[in-house]
Amino acid sequence: MNVMDTRATSAMLYLDGVHVSFDGFHAINNLSLTLAPGEMRAIIGPNGAGKTTMMDIITGKTKPDEGDVLFDGVTDLTRLDETRIAELGIGRKFQKPTVFESQTIEDNLLLALNVDHRVRGTLFWRESKSEMERIERVLETIRLKDARNRLAGSLSHGQKQWLEIGMLLAQDPKLLLVDEPVAGMTDVETHQTAELLKEINRDKTVMVVEHDMTFVRELGVKVTCLHEGSVLAEGTIDQVSSNDRVIEVYLGR
Amino acid sequence: MTPHVLTRSLDRGATIFLAVVATLGILIPLSNLLLPAGSAFQVPTYLVALFGKYVCYAILALSIDLIWGYCGILSLGHGAFFALGGYAMGMYLMRQIGSRGVYANPILPDFMVFLNWPKLPWYWYGFDSFWFAALMVLLVPGLLAFVFGWFAFRSRVTGVYLSIITQAMTYALLLGFFRNDFGFGGNNGLTDFKDILGFNIQSDGTRAALFMASCLALIVGFLICRAVVTSKLGKVLIAIRDAESRTRFLGYLVESYKLFVFTLSACMAGVAGALYVPQVGIINPSEFAPGNSIEAVIWVAVGGRGTLVGAALGAVVVNYAKTFFTSGVLAPYWLFMLGALFILVTLLLPKGIIGTFHAWWGVRNQRRLTANAESAVREDGVAEPSMAE
Repeated sequence: MNVMDTRATSAMLYLDGVHVSFDGFHAINNLSLTLAPGEMRAIIGPNGAGKTTMMDIITGKTKPDEGDVLFDGVTDLTRLDETRIAELGIGRKFQKPTVFESQTIEDNLLLALNVDHRVRGTLFWRESKSEMERIERVLETIRLKDARNRLAGSLSHGQKQWLEIGMLLAQDPKLLLVDEPVAGMTDVETHQTAELLKEINRDKTVMVVEHDMTFVRELGVKVTCLHEGSVLAEGTIDQVSSNDRVIEVYLGR
Repeated sequence: MTPHVLTRSLDRGATIFLAVVATLGILIPLSNLLLPAGSAFQVPTYLVALFGKYVCYAILALSIDLIWGYCGILSLGHGAFFALGGYAMGMYLMRQIGSRGVYANPILPDFMVFLNWPKLPWYWYGFDSFWFAALMVLLVPGLLAFVFGWFAFRSRVTGVYLSIITQAMTYALLLGFFRNDFGFGGNNGLTDFKDILGFNIQSDGTRAALFMASCLALIVGFLICRAVVTSKLGKVLIAIRDAESRTRFLGYLVESYKLFVFTLSACMAGVAGALYVPQVGIINPSEFAPGNSIEAVIWVAVGGRGTLVGAALGAVVVNYAKTFFTSGVLAPYWLFMLGALFILVTLLLPKGIIGTFHAWWGVRNQRRLTANAESAVREDGVAEPSMAE
């Protein structure tokens, strides 16, 4: 871990001049972006704009060719692997809901708790009251209290998305990366998810990638539009959606 | 943890399994030793040795189920760990022969005298002591698995690629152990054992004791596996099996978990091999043959992976079938039957014997609960709060 003497930035997340290419294809091109602590940011952009690749870089799945990625002003994320980054307090919800289908909802949350993740710790793990209370709180937040003993594989698509958000909460991260949380959800579920994220944002920094404009509007936060791996426009949803270049890339010429 | 139907019924299954193994482990040796030969209830000695072999296979199957059924690591080279454990025991048994060998050399085993070896190679030192050999039975397979796993899991070799390199590992060992200058008896392996811990290895009493020891090892191995899979670590293993990268993003060091369970499994396979060798009386390089490892995986698939009990059951059932069919007119067709069995199980019983039984049992109980609830409604017009979980 590269710990500098002083915080290089006050931002929770700081990306500067990041480049990534896969076999000559520039997935991320001079991307710079900052997220202030406690902020919620919506990321939009057409397919192939680099939204998911950006999340891969932040979580250590992909290493950038160039550029700085700093977390909490001090930690250089480009040098760490997924496990270390997760332990630092960056949680990620995937585009496709990925829960542990053959285990119960409660066990899914138990696995996500940010407790001792080493082999010995889990082998000799014993149920503790404080952990159970945390799971209880998360179950309440994600509205799955009555389903706690059901297998995660038996949940509906929308419920799986919530369970995964719940797993993020159990991780108790400082920064949440949420990739397309409302894909495939009904309008009611979409609305409830927006409420849920706003609630989570009360004490956590959140970055949401989403295509659904109604949802982004409902969140009512600053929006960044990506295109071809760099920032095209930034501002409120009204500013961004009336931006000529944004209209151009979304609608084509 | 939360008592739900699945864990509870598995617990019942585990209890039944342990009771059956313990009962057989006591009754079979007693019947062999105490009842007069020729009595209808007397188990002949050759059968005691045969059953002992099955029990060793069951331990091997258990070790494969632990990594494959729970962590998704399909090792097609587990026979190597089994054989290494067997060789460690074989070396002890060779050293016990002493001057009773054909060449009557008090130190050197016969094959070394025959090859004009001047003295015992350094890696044979210590094997005259049973406890040293017993330690090596655990240590050698464990160490190989640790080093192999360290490289493979850190490089994130998974799935079919890992299976292929485990095959390569056992094949490489097969070729190595075939060589005379490797110092393990080459093609012929180690055999002509005389005694173990001072007891004649051929005697009925020793055979009975070895059978009991095998059953005890199966029980201990099963309890260790149960302890692992029912702990929180077991949940992490299943999480790795079902969604490896998700587990990583939760902050688990997947490599460490795989390494732990792979090494533990290799040690278990080593113990199985060590108990196997004195009961069959020989260990040679053919135990490293890739086909053996694949066969062991078939036992687990037939019995039901991820169930532990199923793995042990599968090993016994398939090997009983093997003994049965290879001793009759169908002998030349055994391999075809084994292949057909694997295909049929994959197509018709993808969960194996135990998995299918569990599913059937679950549906049956569910039906009964619903039926009870319905009749309760019919009788007094109010639905009783059902006990279903």
